[in-house]
Amino acid sequence: MNYRVLRIAVWAVIAALSLFLVFTYANTRFGDKAAVQLGAPFTLVDQNGATITEAAFKGHPTALFFGFTHCPEVCPTTLFEMAGWLNDLGDEGKDLRVFFISVDPERDTPEVMKGYTSAFTDRITGITGNPVEMEKLIKGWRIYAKKVPTENGDYTMDHTASVMLLDRNARLKSTIDYKESPDIALKKLRLLVAG
Amino acid sequence: MRFFTLVAALALLTIPASLVAHAHDHSAMGKGDAAISEGMAQSVKLGDLVLSGAFTRATLPGAKVGGGYITIANQSNEPDRLIGGSSPAAARVEVHEMKMDGNVMQMRQLKDGLEIPAGGNAQLAPGGTHIMLMDIAKPLKQGESIPVTLEFAKAGKVEVQFMVGRANATSMEHH
Repeated sequence: MNYRVLRIAVWAVIAALSLFLVFTYANTRFGDKAAVQLGAPFTLVDQNGATITEAAFKGHPTALFFGFTHCPEVCPTTLFEMAGWLNDLGDEGKDLRVFFISVDPERDTPEVMKGYTSAFTDRITGITGNPVEMEKLIKGWRIYAKKVPTENGDYTMDHTASVMLLDRNARLKSTIDYKESPDIALKKLRLLVAG
Repeated sequence: MRFFTLVAALALLTIPASLVAHAHDHSAMGKGDAAISEGMAQSVKLGDLVLSGAFTRATLPGAKVGGGYITIANQSNEPDRLIGGSSPAAARVEVHEMKMDGNVMQMRQLKDGLEIPAGGNAQLAPGGTHIMLMDIAKPLKQGESIPVTLEFAKAGKVEVQFMVGRANATSMEHH
């Protein structure tokens, strides 16, 4: 009797385990594996001084680029390319919203951000604000940003230079790496706005 | 790599034939911006050093830094070092190196300066080692030229005019 109960119990455990494995496999294999849920709640200001939260990334495709205005090369290059891609996308990309997020909020005031982004296009919105809140946004998207002191008490920032592409539900869909070929970048953006 | 090729090609023109062998092979001549090409054609001699192709880019509103790019050929059989500089256009002039560590952009000041190898050259180009004009007094405007005095450990100091090109002058792939 005891043996029979044990046997049934063992079979039940095996059945449950198998179901779980099949389900997990199906979920990772056929589920929406391309989109990853990242991000964290934050309250910051946009370049016009208006409050902005994580809700700004929802309801439309979004591109996030983390950088700073004291950045001599990667940031202006990427933003110029982004302005070019927006231009190339034309009407197709009208839903796409692009944010330039400061990793150096101490120096990047909303006014500084506005002057900077406006030089590229009116389609890119700067986000800055309280460094503690900024940290939530930066860490939430797994962005590396580190202050590196230079001489004379000055500093520069090491930071992730990829553009993050988010779907309408603010899930990470793909990234555009620094120096990605314009064709691939444009393809990724077309996929994003179509999805 | 349009500008890089252009800088390299123009550098080759200014270096005596005996040194050409030392320079990297960038045989293809790039299509350049005419305004910048004129500036690049000027070269300055300081002892055994030949400095050429100096350019910077128009800065964006609010930007406080600018990158300077130049090719420095050393005709001596002794190495020299670019250790720093100064400019009326910037509070400080430093030698910096930019590199990518995976997707992370890193910038470092080269505190010991940059070696200009004996009989070779050093290329300060977009995406690599560059001169940082820190805390610029006013935005750099396309078409202007910015005087920068570069200082070398052995050869001493020399003033070079950096032509200001387009703000996206290094955006090589895009149009």
